[in-house]
Amino acid sequence: MSLTRRDFLKYSAVAAAGASSVPIFKSAMAMGKKPEKVVSHVTTFCEMCFWNCGAIAKVENGKVVKLEGNPANAASKGKLCARGNAGMGSLYDPDRLKHPMLNTGKRGEPKWKKVSWDEALGFTAEKLKSIKEKYGPEAVALISHGSGGSFWKYILNAYGSPNYTAPSFAQCRGPRDIGYLLTFGDGPGSPEQIDLANSKFIVLIGSHLGENVHNSQVQEFVEGIAKGAKLVVVDPRFSTAAGKATWWLPIKPGTDMALLLSWINIILQEDLYDKEYINKYAMGLKGLKEEVKNYTPEWASKETEIPADLIVETAREMSRYKPRVLIHPGRHSSWYGDDTQRSRAMAILSALMGSWGREGGYYFPTKASLSLVYPGIPDMPEPQKHKLSGDWPYAIEATTTAMRRATITGNPYPVKGWIANGCNVMKTLPNQKETIEAIKNLDLMVVVDILPFEHTEWADVILPECTYLERYDDIKVSKGKTLSVTIRQPAVNPMYESKPSWWITRELGIKLGLEAYYPWSDIEDYLKKQLEPKGIRLETLKEKGTISFPDTANPFIAPGNEPVFNTDSKKIELYSKALKEKGFDPVPKYKRPEAPSNGYFRLIYGRSPLHTFSRTTNNQWLWELYKENEAWVSAKRAKAMGLKNGEYVVLVNQDGVKSNKIKLKATERIREDCVFIVHGFGNNSKDLKKAYKKGADDQGLITRYAVDPLMGGTGMRVNFVKIVKEA
Amino acid sequence: MPRYGMVIDQSRCIGCMACVVACKKENDVPDEHYRTRVVELVEGTFPKLRMELRPELCNHCSNAPCVYNCPTGASYKREDGIVMVNKKKCVGCKACIAACPYDARFVDPRTGAAHKCTLCEHRIKEGKEPACVTTCLSKARIFGDFGDPQSTVSKIKADKHIRVLIAEAGTKPFVFYLNPEPLA
Repeated sequence: MSLTRRDFLKYSAVAAAGASSVPIFKSAMAMGKKPEKVVSHVTTFCEMCFWNCGAIAKVENGKVVKLEGNPANAASKGKLCARGNAGMGSLYDPDRLKHPMLNTGKRGEPKWKKVSWDEALGFTAEKLKSIKEKYGPEAVALISHGSGGSFWKYILNAYGSPNYTAPSFAQCRGPRDIGYLLTFGDGPGSPEQIDLANSKFIVLIGSHLGENVHNSQVQEFVEGIAKGAKLVVVDPRFSTAAGKATWWLPIKPGTDMALLLSWINIILQEDLYDKEYINKYAMGLKGLKEEVKNYTPEWASKETEIPADLIVETAREMSRYKPRVLIHPGRHSSWYGDDTQRSRAMAILSALMGSWGREGGYYFPTKASLSLVYPGIPDMPEPQKHKLSGDWPYAIEATTTAMRRATITGNPYPVKGWIANGCNVMKTLPNQKETIEAIKNLDLMVVVDILPFEHTEWADVILPECTYLERYDDIKVSKGKTLSVTIRQPAVNPMYESKPSWWITRELGIKLGLEAYYPWSDIEDYLKKQLEPKGIRLETLKEKGTISFPDTANPFIAPGNEPVFNTDSKKIELYSKALKEKGFDPVPKYKRPEAPSNGYFRLIYGRSPLHTFSRTTNNQWLWELYKENEAWVSAKRAKAMGLKNGEYVVLVNQDGVKSNKIKLKATERIREDCVFIVHGFGNNSKDLKKAYKKGADDQGLITRYAVDPLMGGTGMRVNFVKIVKEA
Repeated sequence: MPRYGMVIDQSRCIGCMACVVACKKENDVPDEHYRTRVVELVEGTFPKLRMELRPELCNHCSNAPCVYNCPTGASYKREDGIVMVNKKKCVGCKACIAACPYDARFVDPRTGAAHKCTLCEHRIKEGKEPACVTTCLSKARIFGDFGDPQSTVSKIKADKHIRVLIAEAGTKPFVFYLNPEPLA
């Protein structure tokens, strides 16, 4: 294998010299009677999800035929998940956005006119100029997901707006990051800085890792279990992870805080915490003890419907393995509106186990850093107005939903232009009515994407981006246990008239009079001048895909490697004075969630290992394996309602919103009080021929959301549905 | 002479389906058909449940019914244990499909010939592992040479309790499963 690989790498440099000069490696396989194939291997990183695994594309006669993980890359470790393996399904999707288009009809009822790039970008630039003149540059906002986003953020910066938003904050991991930040002075990172492979006791709370495939993390999770780690899975649904668990705790949805506070109480009452660690690194133990003393296992049992003895047993067991205990921080954490506090409870429990900065717990990312900047760029203009982060004290980023509100109300200032890059706003933001209302208020709606997801129907102009296999992007700098850089480079030329974001933004920038910010001649010059001052040769990086700096690791507390906590007290804050001063609970408190009324179920949602959000639902090879989502409902309740496994039903939420038809999965694997569906289905865009109307859209049913008062996260598990037979 | 085969450690499988898609792309498998799959079994009633995840593929049997039921000699077994189909000799009669107790074959609608797992013999030739093994996130699939007593698979076979699927069929499979408590 190593010989073959070396050959591949040797030739990949040639391959990478650009998709235009077709590379030149005669495969041994092609020596037979068939015409000779021209084969090359091009390093890149995956964009099928945000894990961005290092990958190697096999290109045969100008066509990507296979993708494999790059063994030199820590996110993939030489392996790709189902989605990564199916990357060509995006590249060769016949439904792709092929040409720049202008909407000559209405938003929502588009009539598309094929135009040149010059016309599309000219139109966009004129609109952007006029918004800037009338309302100021901050009236344009970006909603972004994915690697092309950095170029859009850059142009927005140069244009003068601070409003680059991403649903990854308020609709996803923001509450978690802030909860940990308030406790440890740092978030758990992305990828999460967790040492799963060496854990002795793993707790998943509402995380279905495994169905949620974050490549290297899943690999390390399995490694930990294979090495004998005990596993607690807290989930109303018997997930795949629950199938591996020592204890599955089928918790009543929305009561996770009760379980966490009770665990903390038991551990404190029975003196099971890591005393030396807490004495040395933490503050506020007394206050914590006082605040949680009433959260007994018996009380928690009533709230969570988990037997009290199991709550006690799991608390004692986890303590036996401290500090090699990993309370997994989760990722999508915007559930009930008190999510920052729930995450804080998880952080506090982790602290009591002494697992922050310890083997088998949380590790410290490398202290080394690498800042890649193109030399001689003029300073960016100072934004004249504050970014739209709402009134929440810990909204450290401009938030999608505050930005959407401003677009509707004009407060605190008007927003008149949206640029959506790699982000189907219909499926990522709760309450689609509000999203539509906001879009109707805009002077300009730009969609930059690879496929006609439903938000494209609301665009004024469509800028077709090429897929990750056809483009360069910014260098990915990863800080895990080690520092590394990974390149994305085209495996093949862009198809149709699609273009990479680096090109689109540069052309648009020049049309906007921002050419001073775009001094590079081409993308290779842009990358080279960033890398070379750091001693990294572009050609070498193209050949290897990933370059790591392994001597930068120092992941665990040790003599000479004492932790630094960037909190007010410079310690782990079990009790937060900062929160108290701002009028919030210094220690998390439990609030009972609203219960579903008669005949209703709580709607919960999650992932399939075969799909990423809504964006892979039209991918031939993923679609084939999971074409539509199913409504998981308890077999007992299905029977009582006279519903059969596999029949189509419709979900109707508390506000009367009806879903597309969805197949019922009557199963023992879920509690009686909730319905689970996989997120991202029920696509309403006719132009996605495979995904159109397949399954039900959870986001359509999420008309209500509970806003986190600390950071503006939108809790989305506060909706209830009833199940009706398909008419 | 090598004797290729696989050990599957079911306790590691997480059901991520990476193997299924990797196989499909490596081997240009026709739409809506698969050479491998992951079977998910769940037993019990809420909340006392057990789950088994079982990757399945051609068992490359020593006593392969697909081979001895093939009327034209298209299905054959190589000396290294890999069961193959010679497309040119296959008349699409489906006798092999009926004979296989593991549902490991299908007719390729593009060629009319039987289609099945080759253990990625083209990759083995290049010193690589089968695509499903290379991509397996959980390292549940372990490929190797049972002819070599020092290989990982031989050692697992010698040291651990392993089983084969539908042993009573007498097919002598060379895909072995590590799973102490299989579901019915």
